[in-house]
Amino acid sequence: MITAAFEYHRPSDLAGALSVLEEHGDDARVIAGGHSLIPMMKLRMAEVPHLIDLQDIAGLKGITIEGGMVTIGAMTTQHELINNEALLSATPIIHEAALQIADPQVRYMGTIGGNVANGDPANDMPGLMQCLNANFTLEGPDGTRSVKAREFYEAAYMTELEDGEILTQITFSAVNAGYAYEKQKRKIGDYATAACGVLITKDGDKVATASIAMTNLSDVPVLSEAAGAALVGTSCDAAAIKAAVAAALEDIDPTEDNRGPVEFKMHVAGIIISRAIARAWSRA
Amino acid sequence: MKDEVTREERVTNLKGLGSSRKRVEDARFTQGKGHYVDDINLPGMLTGDFVRSPYAHARVKSINIDAAMALDGVVAVLTAKDLEPLSLHWMPTLAGDKQMVLADGKVLFQGQEVAFVVAKDRYIAADAVELVEVEYEELPVIVDPFKSLQSDVVLREDLDPNAPGAHGPRKHHNHIFTWEVGDEDGTNAVIDDADVVATEEMYYHRTHPCPLEPCGSVASMDKVNGKLTLYGTFQAPHVVRTVASLLSGIEEHNIRVVSPDIGGGFGNKVGVYPGYVCSIVASIVTGVPVKWVEDRMENLMSTAFARDYWMKGKISATKEGKITGLHCHVTADHGAFDACADPTKFPAGFMSICTGSYDIPIAYLGVDGVYTNKAPGGVSYRCSFRVTEAVYFIERMIEVLAIELNMDAAELRRINFIKKEQFPYDSELGWEYDSGDYHTAWEKALKAVDYEGLRKEQAERVAAFKRGETRTIMGIGLSFFTEIVGAGPVKNCDILGMGMFDSCEIRIHPTGSAIARLGTISQGQGHATTFAQILASEIGIPADSITIEEGDTDTAPYGLGTYGSRSTPVAGAATAMAGRKIRAKAQMIAAYLLEVHDDDVEFDVDRFVIKGAPERFKTMGEIAYAAYNQAIPGLEPGLEAVSYYDPPNMTYPFGAYVCVMDIDVDTGVPKINRFYALDDCGTRINPMVIEGQIHGGLTEALAVALGQEIAYDEMGNCKTATLMDFFLPTAWEVPNFETDFTVTPSPHHPIGAKGVGESPHVGGVPCFSNAVQDAFRPFGNRHTNMPHDHWRIWKTANDLGLHD
Amino acid sequence: MTNQIVKMTVNGEKKEILAEPRELLIYVLREKLGLSGAHVGCETSHCGACTVEIDGKSVKSCTMFAVQAEGAKITTIEGLGTPDNLHVLQENFKEHHGLQCGYCTPGMITRAHRLLQENPNPTEEDVRFGISGNICRCTGYQNIVKSILSAAAELNAAKEAAQ
Repeated sequence: MITAAFEYHRPSDLAGALSVLEEHGDDARVIAGGHSLIPMMKLRMAEVPHLIDLQDIAGLKGITIEGGMVTIGAMTTQHELINNEALLSATPIIHEAALQIADPQVRYMGTIGGNVANGDPANDMPGLMQCLNANFTLEGPDGTRSVKAREFYEAAYMTELEDGEILTQITFSAVNAGYAYEKQKRKIGDYATAACGVLITKDGDKVATASIAMTNLSDVPVLSEAAGAALVGTSCDAAAIKAAVAAALEDIDPTEDNRGPVEFKMHVAGIIISRAIARAWSRA
Repeated sequence: MKDEVTREERVTNLKGLGSSRKRVEDARFTQGKGHYVDDINLPGMLTGDFVRSPYAHARVKSINIDAAMALDGVVAVLTAKDLEPLSLHWMPTLAGDKQMVLADGKVLFQGQEVAFVVAKDRYIAADAVELVEVEYEELPVIVDPFKSLQSDVVLREDLDPNAPGAHGPRKHHNHIFTWEVGDEDGTNAVIDDADVVATEEMYYHRTHPCPLEPCGSVASMDKVNGKLTLYGTFQAPHVVRTVASLLSGIEEHNIRVVSPDIGGGFGNKVGVYPGYVCSIVASIVTGVPVKWVEDRMENLMSTAFARDYWMKGKISATKEGKITGLHCHVTADHGAFDACADPTKFPAGFMSICTGSYDIPIAYLGVDGVYTNKAPGGVSYRCSFRVTEAVYFIERMIEVLAIELNMDAAELRRINFIKKEQFPYDSELGWEYDSGDYHTAWEKALKAVDYEGLRKEQAERVAAFKRGETRTIMGIGLSFFTEIVGAGPVKNCDILGMGMFDSCEIRIHPTGSAIARLGTISQGQGHATTFAQILASEIGIPADSITIEEGDTDTAPYGLGTYGSRSTPVAGAATAMAGRKIRAKAQMIAAYLLEVHDDDVEFDVDRFVIKGAPERFKTMGEIAYAAYNQAIPGLEPGLEAVSYYDPPNMTYPFGAYVCVMDIDVDTGVPKINRFYALDDCGTRINPMVIEGQIHGGLTEALAVALGQEIAYDEMGNCKTATLMDFFLPTAWEVPNFETDFTVTPSPHHPIGAKGVGESPHVGGVPCFSNAVQDAFRPFGNRHTNMPHDHWRIWKTANDLGLHD
Repeated sequence: MTNQIVKMTVNGEKKEILAEPRELLIYVLREKLGLSGAHVGCETSHCGACTVEIDGKSVKSCTMFAVQAEGAKITTIEGLGTPDNLHVLQENFKEHHGLQCGYCTPGMITRAHRLLQENPNPTEEDVRFGISGNICRCTGYQNIVKSILSAAAELNAAKEAAQ
């Protein structure tokens, strides 16, 4: 498995990266951790004549939490997310989810930006970012814009990211909510058979807000507003969870693969969603 | 000389039989200094890479190599046309069939080798592969062996449909052989008249040994001296040399085959692959060394698979549970070429061990081999030839019979075990089991896990599940297996005509250390450690002073290699026998030195002593020195021996396993809570190594039972060609295993050892599977096919109404 | 395509090699620097046989181009111990039969080395999770886990003794 030949670019700032992108158009791609892209290149399923390595761009790294807002640079690795104490207390669901991604080595290299930007429906972070109602900052030749995670994904590997743009950071409000990221997979290193992130806030003993998003159950991550709505105002009892699960299942469209047929995935999705809700509620 | 060391200390110092000696191999492996085939880099070496078929069945209309040849750094692109003048476009398989080396007119499975690019480095080779233009015309694809036998589509146009194959008449153009053992009419008569009959169909899915190191070779043709050196991932280097000679016409003495360190084999590296042949041809053509190393996808898609047996069983018993007869029919999917690695006379290997550990008065086995558009192979993946299939079959049949009888499956086994006093036991299907004590092993195992207590717990769990208090259920998997290993007696076991003996050659050096060379080759089993232990006990030289060498055909004696747990039973026996020859000569030397008659001295740990006067002795060190420095009347100088051992019989290791598992019926996720493995491999050479082999074999069994498969879609596309989809468990998915043992030595093996590396796989697969199936038994389950991955477990629960 | 000079510090020594951008780090280490301890097993970043340490991270070197390692500090199995002074992990793998065919071993030990840097007191579960990016086909992991836990205990005892 050998990639086709390519030119390697390693700009030291974002302007440099953007200018290489502009110069080579479709022939150029940015590489973050590379653990999705490099295997695709080795299988010659991705042809990248110009590879732009973002690792030297200092501005793309780091986690800052200010005024209740969390900002994560796109080149921040899963390993860094997992080991950041401030992030753990600000938004612990990220820690829980990131630990379920791939394996230790991949988490040292894999970045949050790469995970959300490449549009692979099997990636865990896109659903999680929808759950958190995060914003993605995209920088391009015409400047900077912000797109909601909930509006970013169009189809498998198709996103709002325009040619020439780079996803530079992710921002969201720190969430002091009950949380859970539940994932069923066949083994370490596998993608989800079904996965679900849930955030629930409480008002007295009732659900105040609920955010429910799912991974690898459609060709895009799915935030089920109806599922969240089904929980709001309830005491998150069995009936409410059942209603939320039913609503969530309405919003997904899994496909058959080696993990199993659609019927199985729908059933497991229901179980995973209900477990995630129950666990998030227990922590709310 | 005063002897200050006690006898006990002298025994300990030898690190002989029974010692958990640390492995001598580990120094280099832990420091990254192993020497595997891909570590071999010779001056001027070129790299080979394959153009492979994207189709499972297609006619090759044309191959255009011009663009590839035009690429700077490409030296050659070989196609079948280039190999044909050398008669190397096809090669014989170990199963008496032949296989295309490079596509000759058509392709028969996805990933088949079509052209071989030879270039300056792997990068250029990979680019050139992309530039070879192959025009295909797709043909109908057959992936189902039953459909294959009904189909008008002729897969193997090269074969005369009316001519018999290597194993007798063929019934259909896609049929390979029928192999029958036992009395079918008699068996049917018994089953027809029986009190109770259980029938079951089961599919033992296709999987793959998938060693971590893929297959590869480096061929180096020295045109000046006319010598070919071939390095490669060969579990049987000597056989490879013979095959290479027969194929290439190079005289065998001019070929040197070397198996360097091998990164796991598990059966995958027994066969001869097109890559080996192409690297040889390319080196002959170019005059420089050529390396070929496959990648993981190529490994999973094109080198030898395992299993793929559709098994249909009938078992009959009295009302009390005494088994009266067993009928087994197998439809064996061999893929595009019959490349099974079995002894020649056994086209379905030792499948006829399918009567298992039970005293079954009459039995029949029939196997039909079939061609399909899948990769060739049919190797024994961590088992002796088809023994995993046989043991899975009988251990499932026992379970369904227990259901039919409404009887506890442990009790049913107990009733039917071959009794200790029946050994040596002649099975209905023709094997002589050498030794066993099944009841003792079984009772020990059941007691160790508190079997009665487990059943009580299970019953409580079932009740709790039915009351709606839990969504997990509990399974207790049982298996009792008898392996048949150590192939084998030359009278009925051969590979390509070579009798399946093995060999050991020993040289004792003047200063009392030694080197022993064997016809086998370790792939992680630790031969350099354990064979030295056998010798240490036999010849009284410390294991630490004995070098073991294998894998170089220029220096090692001819042997049939390492697979089918044959190294200890056959080469281990050769080692002991060669050691005894050394000892016999040493006895004469000692007697001469002590000035007594030969019969007046006896061997004692590390020396010969005068009988009745142990203070007068000569150590093996002194004897070795004397062998080289003194003229001893009537004796040749030196101290060397060689033994070629033709085993009188196979050995029959056995064991009792219990697995306790929880199953989440809603997600299909299993959780192994306990696994107990009792193994009886006869005399135990190195308990530490045995335990390691058991852990590894059980882990591979877990993988196969719970998810590992080579699956194809209707178009013959391999769906499981990467490690994302091909299940190799990580440390996270594997439990700790409890190991235990009994010792029932083999009566015919010089040291009573039976072999162990494959037992845990053979016994483990049915144990894991039975645990899953047992969990569902209280809800009406009878049998479901492996692999028990999440969705198939879920489906069982769903089919039984547990989601309602 | 253009060859590039790549400067790295490998096992404490400064190295300069010339590489095409598409050359994977594993091949450069194995073939241009003669460090053949790490192996190629799966090529899709699943098996971990190619694991080396780069700037304090365990990395699958089959999924990284050598040019990406420009300026990096790399430790391979060859940098962990010497024949006369094996690393505690190497000793413990030998002692507890933590390896069989040896193909996964360099990657496994290199990974365990980093794991113990980050978590000197791991539980069995921590070790199993921590090495879950490394596949071993031979041992069933039981003795690998034992080796790593034993090495951790030994390292901690040595640290305590030193204080």
